[in-house]
Amino acid sequence: MSAIAGPAAATAEGRALRLERTGTANKVGKRRRRNQSIRTAISAIVIVVWCVAPFYWMIVTSFRDVGFTFDTTPWFTHFTWDNYVTALSTNLGNHLGRALLNSLIIGAVTTVICLLFGIFAAYALARLDFRFKGIVMGVILGASMFPGVALLTPLFQLFTSWGWIGTYQALILPDISFALPLTVYTLTSFFREMPWDLEEAARIDGCTPAQAFRKIILPLAAPAVFTTAILAFIASWNEYLIASQLTTDATQTVTVAIAGFTGSQPHQEPYTAVMAAGVVVTIPLVILVLIFQRRIVAGLTAGGVKG
Amino acid sequence: MSTETATPLGTVARPPRSGLKKQQRGQARWAIWLILPTMALLAVVIGYPIVSAIVMSFQKDAGLDSSTGMFVQGGFAGFQNYAHWLLQQCASSGGTVACPPGSLGAQFWNAVGVTFFFTVVTVILETVFGLWMAIIMNRAFRGRGIVRAAILVPWAIPTAVTAKLWFFIFSAAGVANALIGQRILWVSGEWSSRWAIIIADTWKTTPFMALLILAGLQLIPDEVNEAAKVDGASTVQRFWRVTLPLVKPALMVAVLFRILDALRIYDLPAILTGGGGGSGNATTTLSILVVQQIRQGPNSASALSTITFIIIFLVAFIFVRFLGANVVRTQESQQKGTL
Repeated sequence: MSAIAGPAAATAEGRALRLERTGTANKVGKRRRRNQSIRTAISAIVIVVWCVAPFYWMIVTSFRDVGFTFDTTPWFTHFTWDNYVTALSTNLGNHLGRALLNSLIIGAVTTVICLLFGIFAAYALARLDFRFKGIVMGVILGASMFPGVALLTPLFQLFTSWGWIGTYQALILPDISFALPLTVYTLTSFFREMPWDLEEAARIDGCTPAQAFRKIILPLAAPAVFTTAILAFIASWNEYLIASQLTTDATQTVTVAIAGFTGSQPHQEPYTAVMAAGVVVTIPLVILVLIFQRRIVAGLTAGGVKG
Repeated sequence: MSTETATPLGTVARPPRSGLKKQQRGQARWAIWLILPTMALLAVVIGYPIVSAIVMSFQKDAGLDSSTGMFVQGGFAGFQNYAHWLLQQCASSGGTVACPPGSLGAQFWNAVGVTFFFTVVTVILETVFGLWMAIIMNRAFRGRGIVRAAILVPWAIPTAVTAKLWFFIFSAAGVANALIGQRILWVSGEWSSRWAIIIADTWKTTPFMALLILAGLQLIPDEVNEAAKVDGASTVQRFWRVTLPLVKPALMVAVLFRILDALRIYDLPAILTGGGGGSGNATTTLSILVVQQIRQGPNSASALSTITFIIIFLVAFIFVRFLGANVVRTQESQQKGTL
């Protein structure tokens, strides 16, 4: 296949050939194209159903009367809001409301810290020429792939002896360990794509590098920073391993609260209430992600780091 | 990712050589001060715990010896903690004995096997399905926006919620059994609990894989495929001989990320199958074992987490070295659109 060896040459050749053939191949091509678009449509439907069906099932169940937990009717039946009342009430020892607040605080502080540090590092990595750039990039990438358990054991010891178990900083510090590399990485990719000529123009007009950064680049970079903030926040919001070990009831995050959700009967999973709690925790994220869909996809693929 | 950085028609006149050097040195100085805070913070949140984990892993755990009931003092342990896991040696009053079956120490190689089994199966499934999804999304059709939005739903759901959701779906009277007309005990069977985790993980992570691959696919110019089509290549041929080789760098990076992520899997087995799954340890991964060990002996747990870290590092090294997944370069060339 010459297409790989010399794409440019093959393309020119292909164009000429295509012109020659258009007359005879028209009918066959049309039928083949229609077949392909039908196959594409079926595949697309399969993908959408596969991705959305479990989430849809969570929503349907969350609105179902607890007596009909295992009803398999695929649409809303025995509709009730009771499960949401149960999920948010504290009668059964669940504190979803407080957990939401905890996760919000931890996620917000983590995100702000990561941005404050990460913006400068990303600027340097994207814009400036210096030795060891590859090594710095490698260290940051390596850090983002770091297994959480390797941090957990020493932190558990350390925070126990400091009396930090059950404090916010006991979760914010470990969260930084994966959110900061993600921030630097994503921002670096975004910064590389920005129109930096404007900075040069500002410099020529007499701005110092710091001024050029603050007055020209930062406003331009705002959308990139915002997207990165969402990714860092989601990463922190979704963290479970470290939160499950380093929290007490008072600082429980949403993921820990959901994993340990208890019902009225011991050894009986309160499925419908858990689904309601899951919807409460997930809906804000899903709405956020769908609104900023394009930017988030760009950020995800640029950073290439899982949130 | 389109890189539409406007290139100025006449490149700005370069300063003379000596000036250029001076400017570079200035840039380097700036770069150090900009990067230093991040590196310092990473040293605090990652570097320090790692060093103390390694130090801890060479210390004895103080406490009652499970096999003899004698109190063991702490102190320097040498490689004893590592031997405990790797060679299955449990400490006793008169030296070491083989770890009794059922103890955490005896589960090490099982956990290694389970972790690698999950990694290999989920990464293969996610790569195949991810590639398929990416190819579909790369086609132009009406409703492509809906597919791209739908694909983000599993990604956006926290893994802990995903685990609870699939726990419900896989419950004995749940919808999974209703759909296939069986009564499989997904959460407590030996192999069924493993497959429950694999299915849930594939659902959750394939979209991420698809998005990474799609980014690579979008960089392949249409003309290449068109030319192959005109040359008479079938759809299958075009996939194997044109699309796959061209998307390979992006694919390799995506696979590497997924492998490293899968090797530290914790949330799904911890919540979906309560850690153990069928017969108590069918889904016990390395991360789960570390967490179980922490409260029994933190120093021994440190040795285990260090072993886990080294395993992940070795896998990454082998992958980058022999399969040529050059993460940094691939990312950079993706940015420039020269993949």
